[in-house]
Amino acid sequence: MSKQQETDDQAVSPVGRWKVSLSPHLKSNESVEKIMWTVVACLVPPLVLSVFIFGIQTLFITAVSVISCVIVEAVSQKALGRRVTIKDGSAVLTGMLMAFVIPPGVSPLLPILAAIFAIYIGKHLLGGIGYNFFNPALLGRAFLLASFPVAMTSAWLPPVQDFAIFSYLGTQVDAVATATPLAVMKEHGMAAFTQTFGSGASLYSSFFLGWRPGCIGETSGFLLVLGGLYLMYRGYITWHIPVSLLGTIALLSWIFGGEGYFAGDPLLALLSGGALLGAFYMATDYVTSPSNKISQIVFGIGIGALTVLIRLKGGYPEGICYAILLMNPLSTVLDSFFKPQRFAPPVGGAK
Amino acid sequence: MKSLLTFPKGGVHPPECKAQTQGLAIETMPVPDELELILGQHIGAPCTPTVAKRADVGEGGLIGEVTKGLGVPLHAPIAGKIKDIGMSVHPIRVSAPSITIAVDREAQPVQYEKQNWQQLDSAQLLAKVHEAGIIGIGGAGFPTHVKLKPPANSPVDTLILNGAECEPYITADHRVMLEQAASVVEGARIILKILGIKKCFIGIESNKPDAIAEMTKTAEQASSPDCTIKVEALQVKYPQGSEKQLIQAVTGRKVPAGALPSAVGVVVQNVGTAKAIFDAVVYGKPLYEKVVTISGKGIGRPANLQVKIGTKLKDIVDYLGGLQPGLSKIIMGGPMMGFAVSSLEVPVTKTTSAVLFLTEDEIDTRPHGQCIRCGWCLEACPMGLEPKEIAIYVEARRAEDTAQFGVFDCFECGSCSYVCPAKRPLVQFVRLAKMKAKRPQ
Ligand code: SF4
Ligand code: SF4
Repeated sequence: MSKQQETDDQAVSPVGRWKVSLSPHLKSNESVEKIMWTVVACLVPPLVLSVFIFGIQTLFITAVSVISCVIVEAVSQKALGRRVTIKDGSAVLTGMLMAFVIPPGVSPLLPILAAIFAIYIGKHLLGGIGYNFFNPALLGRAFLLASFPVAMTSAWLPPVQDFAIFSYLGTQVDAVATATPLAVMKEHGMAAFTQTFGSGASLYSSFFLGWRPGCIGETSGFLLVLGGLYLMYRGYITWHIPVSLLGTIALLSWIFGGEGYFAGDPLLALLSGGALLGAFYMATDYVTSPSNKISQIVFGIGIGALTVLIRLKGGYPEGICYAILLMNPLSTVLDSFFKPQRFAPPVGGAK
Repeated sequence: MKSLLTFPKGGVHPPECKAQTQGLAIETMPVPDELELILGQHIGAPCTPTVAKRADVGEGGLIGEVTKGLGVPLHAPIAGKIKDIGMSVHPIRVSAPSITIAVDREAQPVQYEKQNWQQLDSAQLLAKVHEAGIIGIGGAGFPTHVKLKPPANSPVDTLILNGAECEPYITADHRVMLEQAASVVEGARIILKILGIKKCFIGIESNKPDAIAEMTKTAEQASSPDCTIKVEALQVKYPQGSEKQLIQAVTGRKVPAGALPSAVGVVVQNVGTAKAIFDAVVYGKPLYEKVVTISGKGIGRPANLQVKIGTKLKDIVDYLGGLQPGLSKIIMGGPMMGFAVSSLEVPVTKTTSAVLFLTEDEIDTRPHGQCIRCGWCLEACPMGLEPKEIAIYVEARRAEDTAQFGVFDCFECGSCSYVCPAKRPLVQFVRLAKMKAKRPQ
């Protein structure tokens, strides 16, 4: 056996005119590039919609975020002497996701700073793609929230009227501060909430379609779910994380989210606070989530539970961002705990 | 219709690429002027030549014998003169001792007489298999007479003929089953008699409906109350033809790690090997020719060729219209598990099932990147291993710590490398791991 392997290795050196390499000689035509750009493409419809809801400012802030992520990625890779891989789309995706979770009314300086923090420190200093154990986009958001708490919690834009998508350009950012739905509910109670956002079917539909204040990633639940389903259809993500995560949020919000037990509104819990974006696009990030299916389910449940906990007890309505960041480093731990099942053990048990 | 059998865990669906050759009847290639027979065709000790330089040999004459250890004899595929006993280019081992025969164009082909095998007993039949130099011609080349004599402490009750042919491009077994169904089935009956058992399954992937129909018909005619031969259609999924996966698909039994199929009462033989056993027992003809699929865009004319063992690739290329522009890789065997060769001097051996001439657009040459932990390799691995972890350990120079990941279960099917979106050479990493890690004992 080992004799043969030694000679295999000799065979690797190119001797003739033809390529000599080890099997397999066929590879599927999937690639990291294709995956990343597909996810980016799935995020474009919600982005376009957000322009109609909040105005052109969302496009602007997304562009700043994406461009700064790509530049920081290229510069970091150059500086660290690695192959520059900006074409693989992962920095573009990070930029998109980051823009999706910050208030669209913030100063463009913020996403630039976040890009530097997330991509350079959070990704490349740790070894580059595959070695970053925190989701870079969420890391960037957490960094901003810690550094600019006021802007990050108040620079929300209310939906524009009559498709006047250019109306906010040039206005002072903090002049348009508006509270997000979960913040209203948390601070002013359910009555104020229904007063501001309506109730019943109209409430759900405005949330599902996106006509309410929030960040880009919270706007249209419908488009986010659609994109997520497409990614599942392509086989890029599986149901394990989104379903376990959203199921946990719905269940726990229903039990603990209202006045008294079993009085919460599970649907509202799913449609707000970025839960859908988190479940389909962030918690499923390959690098920072577990690879085994069972660990993925545990991971999803963990994020769901932490999200509800943070939403109900902590100070942050958009708890899912922290929940994901808290679970990220546990991915490898979960993976080493829930191993895939080997074909058949040797006779007699032991290894 | 009942659902097709398959193995439950892992597997991939590479493009089948069989259309080029599956409709082509087996064609006998004219014997070239010279044949070069490698002395170590099989797993085990190489043969020692039994002939001297310049000696004359007849078709089917013995030219190599195993003096010690595991192995089978080697025969002259054609009448001729021993031109040289020296070193040859070997597909895997770079160079290996070999015998070169200059073909005698005048000699008449040998006519083999049909013999009755029914009154021979198991030991006599087994001896014939051994004398004919038969090895597992679909796979690694394990001597067949050894495989047909399972250890006494693991009684066997089932024979499985492997006609899955799950590797892309290859259609040799397909054509053999279609055109020589009766020989294959009679080969199966001989094997059943050798093993002293009554039950045989023939597993064929469902992408060969004509072969399934033909084999089913023949098998039904050959079946009797004390010998049932049944064709099972299998799902098209790579590596369906791997021994452990095939056994699980057909019988539901799982061969334990490190054990032989006989541990679960099964013996697996390739359909081509069954045909060779038929030739050996019924006609007394040793194994010295075989059907090889020649395919890919880099060859003038694809074909299913019956060639003499020892035929060099350059003669095949000349016969089939030469190499085509854009040829990038020459592979002996299938594209998932075969070996790339760099010279046309390489001769066909008993285990060669295909020679593929692939152009740039048929293979993948993209550079590999870092693991993105997508977990696809875990999903693809039919053995339930974690190729990504093994690779990361090897990259971190910790190959010797990889026994914990069950690296020795890996049979290098290549499914993990196939699916990896970062194009990581996972099989290569696992091979390195196997060299460094300590085999669990
Ligand atoms: S680890 Fe080995 S057995 Fe598993 S998919 Fe890769 S090559 Fe096949
Ligand atoms: S398929 Fe490739 S990129 Fe994905 S986990 Fe396995 S090794 Fe890593």
